[in-house]
Amino acid sequence: MDLHLRHAAPTAEERAAVDALLGPPRSGWDGGERGSTYDAHVAHTGHEVRARRHLLLPALQALQSRVGWISETGLDYVCTRLDVPPAEAWSVATFYALLSTTPRAPRVLHVCDDVACKCRGANELVAHLEQTVGPAHAHGPAGDHVEIPSGATVWMRSPCLGLCDHAPAAFLQEAGQPSREELIGELTPAQANDILSARAGRRAAMRSSGMYAMQWLADAEPMMTETQTLRLPQTETTQPSSELRLLRRIDAVDPTSIAGYRASGGFDALRRAIEIGSEAVIREVIDSKLMGRGGAAFPTGRKWEAVAKQPARPHYLICNADESEPGTFKDRVLMEGDPFSIVEAMAIAGIATGCERGFVYIRGEYPLATQRLQHAIDQARAHDFLGDNIIGRGVKFDIEIRRGAGAYICGEETAIFNSIEGYRGEPRNKPPFPAQAGLFGLPTVVNNVETLANIPWIVLEGGQAFASIGAGGQSTGTKLFCLSGNVANPGVYEVPFGKTLRDLIGMSGGVQGGRSIQAILLGGAAGVFVGPDELDIPLTFEGARAAKATLGSGVIVVFDDRADMPDVLVRIASFFRDESCGQCVPCRVGTVRQEEALYRIASGKTLGGVAQEVALLDEVGLAMKDASICGLGQTAYAAIESAIHRVGLIPLGSDPN
Amino acid sequence: MTAVATGPLVQLQRPTFATDQKRRNSVRTVTLTIDGQAVTVREGTTVLEACRSIGIEIPTLCFLETLHPVNACRICVVEMEGARVLVPSCSRAAEEGMVIKTKSERVNHSRKLVLEMLASSVDLSTTPKVAEWIEEYAAKPARFGPPAPPAPAGTRDASIPGHHGTPDARYAATVAEPAKVDNDLYVRDYAKCILCYKCVEACGPDHQNTFAIAVAGRGFDAHISTEFAVPLPESACVYCGNCIAVCPTGALMAKKEFDMRADGSWDESRQTTTDTICPYCGVGCTLSLHVQDGEIVKATSPLENSITQGNLCIKGRFGWRFVQNTAAGTPTHSGSDGGH
Repeated sequence: MDLHLRHAAPTAEERAAVDALLGPPRSGWDGGERGSTYDAHVAHTGHEVRARRHLLLPALQALQSRVGWISETGLDYVCTRLDVPPAEAWSVATFYALLSTTPRAPRVLHVCDDVACKCRGANELVAHLEQTVGPAHAHGPAGDHVEIPSGATVWMRSPCLGLCDHAPAAFLQEAGQPSREELIGELTPAQANDILSARAGRRAAMRSSGMYAMQWLADAEPMMTETQTLRLPQTETTQPSSELRLLRRIDAVDPTSIAGYRASGGFDALRRAIEIGSEAVIREVIDSKLMGRGGAAFPTGRKWEAVAKQPARPHYLICNADESEPGTFKDRVLMEGDPFSIVEAMAIAGIATGCERGFVYIRGEYPLATQRLQHAIDQARAHDFLGDNIIGRGVKFDIEIRRGAGAYICGEETAIFNSIEGYRGEPRNKPPFPAQAGLFGLPTVVNNVETLANIPWIVLEGGQAFASIGAGGQSTGTKLFCLSGNVANPGVYEVPFGKTLRDLIGMSGGVQGGRSIQAILLGGAAGVFVGPDELDIPLTFEGARAAKATLGSGVIVVFDDRADMPDVLVRIASFFRDESCGQCVPCRVGTVRQEEALYRIASGKTLGGVAQEVALLDEVGLAMKDASICGLGQTAYAAIESAIHRVGLIPLGSDPN
Repeated sequence: MTAVATGPLVQLQRPTFATDQKRRNSVRTVTLTIDGQAVTVREGTTVLEACRSIGIEIPTLCFLETLHPVNACRICVVEMEGARVLVPSCSRAAEEGMVIKTKSERVNHSRKLVLEMLASSVDLSTTPKVAEWIEEYAAKPARFGPPAPPAPAGTRDASIPGHHGTPDARYAATVAEPAKVDNDLYVRDYAKCILCYKCVEACGPDHQNTFAIAVAGRGFDAHISTEFAVPLPESACVYCGNCIAVCPTGALMAKKEFDMRADGSWDESRQTTTDTICPYCGVGCTLSLHVQDGEIVKATSPLENSITQGNLCIKGRFGWRFVQNTAAGTPTHSGSDGGH
């Protein structure tokens, strides 16, 4: 295609950022010096260049992390290098929350004000920042753009950052060379002020407080700091680590040491998988009755079988590590604490389903998990557990990490394909299903991190042994639950299927300060609220279904009697409005109408009374559920509906008007 | 991030209308049941086509025969037995044994809500048929509250993905903003845009391969845009006007029609259409000239024409001013209709 480019020279920084990813341009045709005689004879364009479209998002991320925003010249240079029309590159750049297409301060603090953090001081933190620093960098009610002087530090509100066990959380994005990204937990207002005012002061503040901080240095060796400790309250309090399976290495085995991993049984499963062969591995996974742990609970073995038998080649494997469901942080803990097991599981899955290439699609807000996984992949490759000749058996499989850039929707299994391919992260219509036509239009397995973490165990001990643990039926093995909100000890807890909600809350030390429970969000923002009288719900797939609930991604957010539930509901609605991709009408407009109605209820300015607003919500919710393209719109009303009709968090009779 | 050096990824062409048609050239047939009636169609036929073949009308907005279906508007949804959610008839292929209901309570509810959502957030005043559908489905867009006033020019272009302002309890949010008039040939009035993706497809892979516009932003702030929202003359636009031809709402409109509508002189009842062959080059595109009061006010090409599939180039679509010249150098009309 004949691109309309500006051919405005990129800055030296922009060129360096993009070239570091793509290599230097080969000729004047793709952004190099123009006018050589070579250019007159050879053109580097066409399909060969366009086949690199999948590098569009990484290239935009490179600009963002080096320069702090994506300028016209920077975007133009990326388009020249990849032969992408500028309007399409723009359409991708404006899709992601962590990319900025207007000049933005080099340091941005994304402060979580989502439901779990709300229970632990996020509202107070945000109010403090508004008072001391100024309004969040965003749009005002009338759509006014809040202008920020360049060079300053800005703060923005953020959806759930997956650090609910260390609430309130924030994510720091610092552009430069090297760039720095940090996920910061237990952030106090004073520390937030330090971060936003002085760099040196911030460092000092963190060290002295011993708070949970993680560091990401793009070009540096993997590095541990004294503040990097994974919190696993389960091993500290209630259960000896010998009973844990998925979490057994966390906090016990060095996540940066391949020797440590091997000494604890690592890569034995991969060896065995290669020995017994693909069909036998798939049979074990089918026998295990392992259900996907990402939220949709699809049988993993059936998914693998479907992909393995597809004649089209190559096949692709994607590890879905875009964990962004509010209240979910289990995958982060697995990737930070036991990254080699994910690498091993992906190798097994890839080999079993006929893939030679796998991707980890990890959310952009997880710098430490990304760093640890990358380190594990590099180490595994160096030791022949990945590559062209795995353990000398001639088997080929390799893994590449792709980072998200702030878009919940990209965790949807088909949106992930578009995001990796360099398009907007909009879900695709199904059918065709990923097993038939997924990434790059080819058969693709998409598995959640926790799902994969079960694989080595299944391969080593056999599917039947796996199925004998848990509650039977579809609920086999163990499950990770993310306890957060007003519980005494927030964290990830691993239990064999069969425990009740009461058991889990008990394991996490009960409600903070012995207060009473007002409501529990089960399964995430796409899950349901249950009341304090429903603590005996068995946390199995069958039990949850029978109780008209869902385990979702294993979220349990407890709200005590002080929680402002209408405020929480508006936040959930606001989340879906922000995270809707905008593709289909029911979700794009429905999430707005839903937020508006809840906001009118919460602020006492209803149109014709609460009952009428609730009737409106019910109608909008049903259309979103029935007619949206993907799961985001289909579940956008689920939690709110249950809050209103199941738990009665909005008194229908009363009208504040 | 380090890239793995294990050879290029297989990058298949994304499906377009043309590739989809190839897939549909099947000789096998399938039989499905629509509203209790058995229908046999060729394999690959969509549910929508199957419905239309037996005279069942289904409303559509983002669907067009000559474009790859994006199933974004969801007004064409139907109920399929065994499916958890409704399915878009425009893109769903008919399968053996499918049982479809096109007028169930669930279908009617979703269609009603889609109409209410669109009518409460978008100006549908120039969208054909929508007023009838609003009546048919008893849609009441006003129940979401009075529509919010237009956003200042450029605000929606500068939206920040993942962020929005606090709702205004007085109004229902809209996409209203001033029309973009940045060239002499056509106007982009995005207050009328339902985000059907048709213009993007026509400009891009389905027809023109120009890629001047794409969907930018996210969620309710998503909008059609050039890169950095630059005016059309600075973009890749070649003014073929094929986006105007596929726009279902009048958001994209030739400047001539836009101006005539603004001064109240546009009157389709006084218009006649004459088909002719475009005189410019040897391709032989069929040209439909829309004439009002002896003056050509618009040029289109029939969708079903095998040569154009509704498409034209800048000359065919906009270059008919010379016809109005009664004598060389003596234009009969001195208005700024922008003909070249």
